[in-house]
Amino acid sequence: MNSLIPLLVAAPLAGAALLLLGGRALDRFGHWIATALAALSFAFGLALFADMLGRDAEHRAVTEQLYSWIPVDGFQADVAFQLDQLSITFVLLITGVGTLIHLYSVGYMAHDERRRRFFAYLNLFLAAMLVLVLADNYLLLYVGWEGVGLASFLLIGFWQHKPSAATAAKKAFIVNRVGDMGLSIAIMLMFVEFGSFAFQPVFATAGDASEGKLTAIGLMLLLAACGKSAQVPLQSWLGDAMEGPTPVSALIHAATMVTAGVYLIVRSGAIFNLAPDAQTAVVVVGAVTLLFGAVVGCAKDDIKKALAGSTMSQIGYMIMAAGLGPIGYAFAIMHLVTHGFFKAGMFLGAGSVMHGMNDEVNMRHYGGLRKYMPVTFATFGLGYLAIIGFPGLSGFFSKDKIIEAAFAKGGTEGWILGLCALLGAAVTAFYMTRVMVLTFFGEKRWQPDAEGNDPHPHESPKSMTVPMVVLAFGSVFAGGLFVYGNSFLHWLEPVTGHAEGDSPLSPWTVTGLATACMLAGAALAWQMYGRSPVPVKPPVGSLLTRAARRDLLQDDFNHAVLVRPGTALAATLVWFDSRGLDGFVNGLAAAIGGISARLRRIQTGYVRTYALSMFGGTLVLVASTLLMRSV
Amino acid sequence: MNPANYLYLAALLFTIGASGVLLRRNAIVLFMCVELMLNASNLALVTFSRMHGNLDGQILAFFTMVVAAAEVVVGLAIIVSIFRTRHSASVDDSNLMKL
Repeated sequence: MNSLIPLLVAAPLAGAALLLLGGRALDRFGHWIATALAALSFAFGLALFADMLGRDAEHRAVTEQLYSWIPVDGFQADVAFQLDQLSITFVLLITGVGTLIHLYSVGYMAHDERRRRFFAYLNLFLAAMLVLVLADNYLLLYVGWEGVGLASFLLIGFWQHKPSAATAAKKAFIVNRVGDMGLSIAIMLMFVEFGSFAFQPVFATAGDASEGKLTAIGLMLLLAACGKSAQVPLQSWLGDAMEGPTPVSALIHAATMVTAGVYLIVRSGAIFNLAPDAQTAVVVVGAVTLLFGAVVGCAKDDIKKALAGSTMSQIGYMIMAAGLGPIGYAFAIMHLVTHGFFKAGMFLGAGSVMHGMNDEVNMRHYGGLRKYMPVTFATFGLGYLAIIGFPGLSGFFSKDKIIEAAFAKGGTEGWILGLCALLGAAVTAFYMTRVMVLTFFGEKRWQPDAEGNDPHPHESPKSMTVPMVVLAFGSVFAGGLFVYGNSFLHWLEPVTGHAEGDSPLSPWTVTGLATACMLAGAALAWQMYGRSPVPVKPPVGSLLTRAARRDLLQDDFNHAVLVRPGTALAATLVWFDSRGLDGFVNGLAAAIGGISARLRRIQTGYVRTYALSMFGGTLVLVASTLLMRSV
Repeated sequence: MNPANYLYLAALLFTIGASGVLLRRNAIVLFMCVELMLNASNLALVTFSRMHGNLDGQILAFFTMVVAAAEVVVGLAIIVSIFRTRHSASVDDSNLMKL
């Protein structure tokens, strides 16, 4: 059974290779190959899951050694996969949502002439992401980490003929590189400290290392997580990443890849548990980002960017939960899975709306779409109810658990985190209600597109609506299933451990407060956008609104603090190079050239001159010989 | 007769030949001056042979003659072909071998 584990990765990898190398012959049906291989990988995942359920909790984790990658004395790097409860959760999410989004893309990308390449990249992403979550050591995890970064870059810039898409892809790649540097430094620190970077030995001996070293490793891992999961201060790439095709935004920039940071922190729990300072940094990053993303989401008129702000904010919840330690690990992963369902579903819904509205993304040009796109409205609506935490739906349970865990941290810290989380819940309800109302309710504010065609909204084809319906089911029922008998908690407990916190508030009080916050946020949004007509031109807005429209000045900040000094430094170095170094080298060359020009005058071309020099030379030789003789 | 006189004559002839090579421009004359130098050295070699009472110098003189004959064949051919293309026998006209 364990031999199936490498096949999980091999199936999509083979698909990517086949589609990229297969050429135009595969243009007509290549996308079905990719979808079938993604589904095959999901089937393998289900088989392994069923197999794992058959064993008792202690024996569920298995390791499958594939081959020795770098067998050097004192440096052992293996290609080995570890399948435990945490990895299989991710495997099922990645391949399951991945398969649905492959299916959706069949309809969404139907008219794109580079469709085969798109599906190849999607398969490549699946393979890399599976390597990331299945790796049993940090080095192999790093391979997957870079692989998903590459796939993300290729897919954000998929419509590379648009300069904005090409720039966004570069931005995502460069910002991610800062985070990747953190991961590589963390791996080096681990190797120096523990002599290994495999999970087993590192976690087993983590207690022997000094707290300072563990804090350093933890902070570097946090930097990596910030890059990949778009957390403050490396969050600026996610909004621009929405330049990619919408299925990509759903799969990579909402459901799976951006959650890799949460996985990394939860997986490295053994290190963070022993480094309280690093944990504090993690919760601070999470809490700041959950408010940051939520505020940005409130001001955006671009539906995908509003959802991107929301993604950032929800991942902030997960990171915060992961930073709480054993009281939060399982809930971080639980929210990650439910978020995977409802956010992917909502992105697919947004794609469906764009599909029907001539690729319009400005929500101020939507309105009243619920009659025209009933399936999209229903699935998006269920996702909406799930994310704001409507009682009974997925997000209600998973977010509630995180808020409880935040309070359970105890002390002033617990109060601050809990109130941040509650405030975040209210803002979440506000911006999601705003998206919902602007898109599906109110009067029509449709505008003709650039060519002057009026939009004729229509429901999307079956291949697009079916994945949305399936994800909507997940949005509704996943949370309830997970908390029923604390099944999810018990499932992950052998890997992540669990501790009950000491909450100052009873669970029912927290639930009541969260629901009240949610209702208040939603009501405020309804008051602002539902009861009065929405202007097509955005009003000037308050200072905060204007700042939030510019992503709370994140790009201005990066520009002023990083780009401009960097450019100045580069200019100084260029000056030094061109004036200093080049001056010296060029001067040397000019001197040699000048001397040579003078020396070559000796070569006159006259035979008699050469003859004279030969005579002269002979005379000198003879004279010196005679002189030497006589001495 | 004192053999040294032959050496003086050889030196004189060599000097005349060398001056001719350096001062004259006509390729043919130049060539003849080279021959004069070669023959001057031949005379010197034979004289030394006589003075030292062995045949080394004479053998070397034979070699010199063979080399001179070969040189005349190649050299004249070059001079004739240059004269045909450039209509001039002056060595100063063939001064393209420079930078």
